[in-house]
Amino acid sequence: MIQSKPVASRSASDLAAAYGRKYGILIALIVVCVFLTFANEYFLTGRNLLNVLRQTSINGILAIGMTFVILTRGIDLSVGSVVALAGVVSASLATSSVNAMVPGGPYPTVVAFGVGILVGMACGAISGWVVSRFNVPAFVATLGMLSAARGMTLLYAGGKPVPELTDEYRWIGTADVLGIPMPVVAFAVIFLVAFWVLSATRFGRHVYAVGGNPHAAKVSGISISRIRLLVYVISGGLAGFSGMLLAARTGSALTQAGIAYELDAIAAVVIGGTSLGGGIGKVTGTVIGALLIGVMNNGLDLMGVESYYQQVIKGALIVAAVMLDQARHREA
Amino acid sequence: MTEALLEVRGLRKSFGGVAALRDGRFRLEPGSVHALCGGNGAGKSTFLTIVMGIQQRDAGTILRNGKEVSFVGPSEALAAGISIIEQELNPVPAMSVAENIFLGREPLARFGRINFASMNAAAQALLDSLRFQIKATTPMMDLTVAEVQLVEIAKALSYDAEVIIMDEPTSALGEAEADQLFAAIKTLKDRGKGIVYVSHRLSEIFNIADSYTVFRDGQFVGDGKIADVRREDLIQMIVGRPLAEEFVKENQPGAEVVLSVRGLNAQHGVRDISFDIHRGEILAFYGLMGSGRSEIFERLFGLTPDLGGEIRLDGQSIRLSSPAEAIARGFAFVTEDRKGSGLVLAADVRANVCMASLGALSMGLAMNTRREASAAQAMIEKFGIKTASDRLEVSGLSGGNQQKVVLGKWFLTQPRVLLLDEPTRGVDVGAKREIYRVMSDFAREGGVVILVSSEIDEVLGMADRVIVLRGGQVSGEIDRTGLSAEKLVHLAA
Repeated sequence: MIQSKPVASRSASDLAAAYGRKYGILIALIVVCVFLTFANEYFLTGRNLLNVLRQTSINGILAIGMTFVILTRGIDLSVGSVVALAGVVSASLATSSVNAMVPGGPYPTVVAFGVGILVGMACGAISGWVVSRFNVPAFVATLGMLSAARGMTLLYAGGKPVPELTDEYRWIGTADVLGIPMPVVAFAVIFLVAFWVLSATRFGRHVYAVGGNPHAAKVSGISISRIRLLVYVISGGLAGFSGMLLAARTGSALTQAGIAYELDAIAAVVIGGTSLGGGIGKVTGTVIGALLIGVMNNGLDLMGVESYYQQVIKGALIVAAVMLDQARHREA
Repeated sequence: MTEALLEVRGLRKSFGGVAALRDGRFRLEPGSVHALCGGNGAGKSTFLTIVMGIQQRDAGTILRNGKEVSFVGPSEALAAGISIIEQELNPVPAMSVAENIFLGREPLARFGRINFASMNAAAQALLDSLRFQIKATTPMMDLTVAEVQLVEIAKALSYDAEVIIMDEPTSALGEAEADQLFAAIKTLKDRGKGIVYVSHRLSEIFNIADSYTVFRDGQFVGDGKIADVRREDLIQMIVGRPLAEEFVKENQPGAEVVLSVRGLNAQHGVRDISFDIHRGEILAFYGLMGSGRSEIFERLFGLTPDLGGEIRLDGQSIRLSSPAEAIARGFAFVTEDRKGSGLVLAADVRANVCMASLGALSMGLAMNTRREASAAQAMIEKFGIKTASDRLEVSGLSGGNQQKVVLGKWFLTQPRVLLLDEPTRGVDVGAKREIYRVMSDFAREGGVVILVSSEIDEVLGMADRVIVLRGGQVSGEIDRTGLSAEKLVHLAA
């Protein structure tokens, strides 16, 4: 039997350690920001900070979807490919190019967006169906979707980018609202909604229960196959949306968009303290994890560190975060 | 007096200023079975982990064959001939029995190749000498839980263990399998080994143990010969206060049929089960492992598909095709595997208590946090769950308190039919009585209880009627007036 420490005997250092474990990632983010503030004069400028947020927003949105999936003990490796597929399909409806593959375009932006999100949700639904109905490990099912969605992207677009997007479509990637870039606004809104869903709704409770112990969830009357299906639909839908943001920002949809994006999304979730074993984690952690990756990339850029080093540092950061997490579990 | 195989005096251990064990005393004679008794939190586990060298003591003496010892790590304890068979076994399922026995010290042939022939022969000789009917080349995953335990015993002996500690060895066994284990324990005794037997099941202790030691709240309370102690006295030593009765039974079955089952089939060959259960009645299913007890529950709760048969609740035919439907109909299911399917261990008390009532505790899509909190608090009070807050993880609670969380989860759904599968497994005597009280009160208020238990005493003590199962079919039905252990065993075997 494990003896728990009585609350009364906690010393100040114990308390500090407990806070360190709970807020470790946030503290790390603050420390890095403070360091960069002193190390580089450009870091703490409004323009640079908005830049960091803009660069983080797409990974952040993908990571939020990934959080839902990982909380149910799953993983979604397909998000990068779905970014590309939803991007080209959506863009093909919003291009004014004479070589448009869909006749009668450009269609209203709302239609292009709606179709893009539906494409993403459909990809997620297929992965989720394979996982929940046939008990295929999520790693395998979404690895299949990673390959298939990329292939469909290339087939659909004939291997070529979809250029000349309408101004209206580009607005969502390039406009500012009260000085804040649209992708950042979208990221913030999606975060708030996801936070509410996971912490305050019945569906959120179900997600944690299914990830924490699927057998107990099933006996408690929760339809675990429905929850598993839905988390992949959420992840796919957000990937679809990210694909459109990316296309809108750059002005054309590329078939090679989103390659390896799943890795950054998983990294943000893991660094944010969500357990790959399911049932434990918060979307606030994920957002902080995504910001930490964004700030580190930005800081290393500002300090002129070669991008190859950035990859090495990011790899070390992911492993360190999980080591910290393991130590936390051993102590608890 | 012969020299003790193991003698412990004045053992003390504190965690963060709180004493988990203050005066651990224990004396194990060769060729004897010594029961270590105590409720949850009595200090048994702390005692065992110190003896095995997993934790270090703060004070006290441990003598092995009269010589003072101090182990750092279980491998040193093993080398000194002390071996433990844990409650939860961890075999390598894809490997054979022989490979599991010799794991990490496989006999080698030339070029570092494992000498399978000599390893299998040695393992088989060992199993045969203990009269275990197990083939050394069988993969571990093909064995029953009891057989896995027998292999563990063989493994312990292959290390020349003289002291064998068994921690709740029967908690996952049926009656027949337990008998197999007890036969093995007798063999060990005849060979002069000493067995430390930890169990909450008093009938087992009186069946196989020679002597006992009781711990309570980290303190040695008493020891002696089993032959010299009465069951009531032992219970009183364990609980620390006189228990008026071991069981609580104040319900009176009515005449009105609540649940009526006709010709029900279920998985694993369960065929043609029919029974009626009346308002305020406690009905028990009794049978050996594999007799179909749990399968009937799983079917009634909608966890397994409909394979035919009729279920009527209040005279109305119902389908029960999913747990959600069963819950809506007023069924509640306390499963036999508390950690596997009862609780989300990493979640807090509140989340676990509310898990089966999320619909009732929400408004539209959103949860009503205030109602969740008050519901959890109500259940904590109703069942006397010992936890500092409803936001603490259930993994930190004792077995008895965890079981109360499961009960709280189901009582929150306001059930009418309570399915209890081994509800007191791994729960100490005091908490057991509280669970019996809950059952009795629930039935007295007009609820219906169906109980599955491997403990004959529990069935005799609580049931108004028993349906005995054998090989997936009903082999008999006994009323409370005609109930006896002999009849149950006769009909079940």
